[in-house]
Amino acid sequence: MPIQVLMPALSPTMEKGNLAKWLKKEGEQIKSGDVIAEIETDKATMEVEATDEGTLGQILIPEGTADVAVNTPIATILADGESAADLAKAPAPAKQEKAAESTPPAAAKAEAPAPKAAPAPQVVAEPDPEVPAGTEMVTQTIREALRDAMAEEMRRDADVFVMGEEVAEYQGAYKVTQGLLQEFGAKRVIDTPITEHGFAGVGVGAAMTGLKPIVEFMTFNFAMQAIDQIINSAAKTLYMSGGQMGCSIVFRGPNGAAARVAAQHSQDYSSWYSHIPGLKVVAPYSAADAKGLLKAAIRDPNPVIFLENEVLYGHTGEVPKLDDYVIPIGKARIVRSGSHVTIISWSNGMTYALKAADELAKDGIEAEVIDLRTLRPMDTETIVNSVKKTGRAVTVEEGWAQSGVGAEIAARIMENAFDYLDAPVARVSGKDVPMPYAANLEKLALPSAAEVVEAAKAVCYR
Amino acid sequence: MAAPKKAAAGAAQDKTDGGSPPEFTREQELKALRDMLLIRRFEEKAGQLYGMGAIGGFCHLYIGQEAVVVGMQMALKEGDQVITGYRDHGHMLATGMDANGVMAELTGRRGGYSKGKGGSMHMFSKEKQFYGGHGIVGAQVSLGTGLAFANHYRGNDNVSVTYFGDGAANQGQVYESFNMAELWKLPVIYVIENNRYAMGTAVSRASAQQDFSKRGASFNIPGKQVDGMDVRAVKAAGEEAAAWCRAGKGPFILEMQTYRYRGHSMSDPAKYRTREEVEKVRHDQDPIEQVRNRLLATKVSEQDLKAIDAEVRDIVNASADFAQHDPEPDAAELWTDVYR
Repeated sequence: MPIQVLMPALSPTMEKGNLAKWLKKEGEQIKSGDVIAEIETDKATMEVEATDEGTLGQILIPEGTADVAVNTPIATILADGESAADLAKAPAPAKQEKAAESTPPAAAKAEAPAPKAAPAPQVVAEPDPEVPAGTEMVTQTIREALRDAMAEEMRRDADVFVMGEEVAEYQGAYKVTQGLLQEFGAKRVIDTPITEHGFAGVGVGAAMTGLKPIVEFMTFNFAMQAIDQIINSAAKTLYMSGGQMGCSIVFRGPNGAAARVAAQHSQDYSSWYSHIPGLKVVAPYSAADAKGLLKAAIRDPNPVIFLENEVLYGHTGEVPKLDDYVIPIGKARIVRSGSHVTIISWSNGMTYALKAADELAKDGIEAEVIDLRTLRPMDTETIVNSVKKTGRAVTVEEGWAQSGVGAEIAARIMENAFDYLDAPVARVSGKDVPMPYAANLEKLALPSAAEVVEAAKAVCYR
Repeated sequence: MAAPKKAAAGAAQDKTDGGSPPEFTREQELKALRDMLLIRRFEEKAGQLYGMGAIGGFCHLYIGQEAVVVGMQMALKEGDQVITGYRDHGHMLATGMDANGVMAELTGRRGGYSKGKGGSMHMFSKEKQFYGGHGIVGAQVSLGTGLAFANHYRGNDNVSVTYFGDGAANQGQVYESFNMAELWKLPVIYVIENNRYAMGTAVSRASAQQDFSKRGASFNIPGKQVDGMDVRAVKAAGEEAAAWCRAGKGPFILEMQTYRYRGHSMSDPAKYRTREEVEKVRHDQDPIEQVRNRLLATKVSEQDLKAIDAEVRDIVNASADFAQHDPEPDAAELWTDVYR
């Protein structure tokens, strides 16, 4: 029976990719190990090697097709003695969205705003107060929004530069710095050796002289090597110098759980950094916030920890097309209005929060969803005002509950709105275990929309 | 470069090039004497104030090592940056920071360089290009490399002088910094002040490679062992290193062989070395006595030297007086300078 070649996954988080190019034609002989096609995502490009020998019987997905789901059959290989007539015996290819099939190959590249099969749920009940009515919006991935923020600030200020592992020639381990080397050159887009502690210190030292470094950590897990420089040098110098010497620096990179990379590569540092006076901590969820807040972070005269999320990089959103879209640090945003319960989250936690709000609405519970966006300084006022209205609150975070950001929010609600509470604040968090590898266990370790729904119903006594 | 001698036998070896360092002019000798004396008397006073309870916390005195910072400073030009660890009072005075401001910081008063919020280990002066004052052993090495990065980025000819001790030289980030500094040809002089003890641990008990000038060998960073008790040798080596950096050749390592007379901090048990060892270095190699003796051998009179002593004592006494009478910081200062 003919052998099917399936769309491969290039990374643990990849769900779909573009079939950029076929390197073999139908009818060509194929040996095991031959490169038969090129696959690309917005993150990387990879060659597909044949694992079987035979003849390329049929190409099921033509080149230039965007958003091919992982594990979709893309071709069949005929074994010796089989012919085109045997193709019918191959299992029927799974249904495949071909919305972008007519798109020419060039447009299938990462830069193109390819239509997304499953955009992140973004129920925006309240218009963004920072955006004037009638502003044109562009659809961008969070990755592109972050890159644009850096590029705009680098154009604006020659003291801004970006350094980190693979930020230049590789175009960013997660392609966030894509194209920056080409525009700004190697002086301002600097590949570092794999020495987090050292280059974090170099960045802080440069910042003490007035330069404005953007230090990218490939992930915040690796920033553990550098946390002494972040806290002891970057966060404290202004105070220890009596205000003489500060440090305008952004430490940015993906934070939180990725997919299937286990305990050392899946950890949420929100509460770690938000504990530290002298640091500002930003953790956006939407593409627009990613752009506006990163621009603000780069301009901020203080050290800013900018927590991105690998799972969200490919998510798209509407970004206002403004010359200078800067969102003030320290302001939460009410993403969905409601009167029965307040759900507070940030970064990827918003995915669960918004999904849960949809579910709750079906049961007649109107949740107000707050995206904190900034963890330090925390916008207590927005939280408290909402809780005064709803009388109930649920916090959602991927990090652990103990000494977590949810614990801090609960304390602030208790301190500022105790008499308004109709139920104790509920926390939904990552489970109190290191992140497991197995798919089922990993899912259990993370928060879920179902848990948020359950918690919201519990505080509503439903 | 000649093979460096072993550091273990005596505190201060002759410089590796052999022969005497270039002679100082009379003015240079007088300046070196005055600057070293200021540090010595200041530190002695700080020790007294600590004993009286006027200075709290940790207090690490620089007595014995004065020739290192004074000689280095004589090799620098305006705009060069200085950064060091926690044994930092001498570096501050050598860069020209005001004795009153330093002493008032030690006593935690509002007139201190950090408004009393930094203390002995954390003082800075933007004006004098002094970047601290760092309490985490080795952290200043990455930071100092960052200062050099900024010079390189801006395309100026300033050099970052990054001081650290024989103890810090074993920290991992030192080598991360060496690698980047040489890779990017950053203008940084790594001055390793080898005073033979990391707290109470002798170099021989902590360091596999005791020739610190070779610590950059695997990164191709040139290094030199220097008699850190002879201010002339320090200045000459500093000039050579600075010229190397300014020529765009990258970093340079200077191992300054020196000695601290006092304990690591004020609470040193002094069990790890003998009194005789300390006395012998003091007697044979004292950096200040070396200059004084040379001056006396010329036409400088005992009287002239006494005038310098008096000037220095006045400065130090005034700083002690200021530091004890300046008010403590206003309570509102608790909340300032966290963010800007």
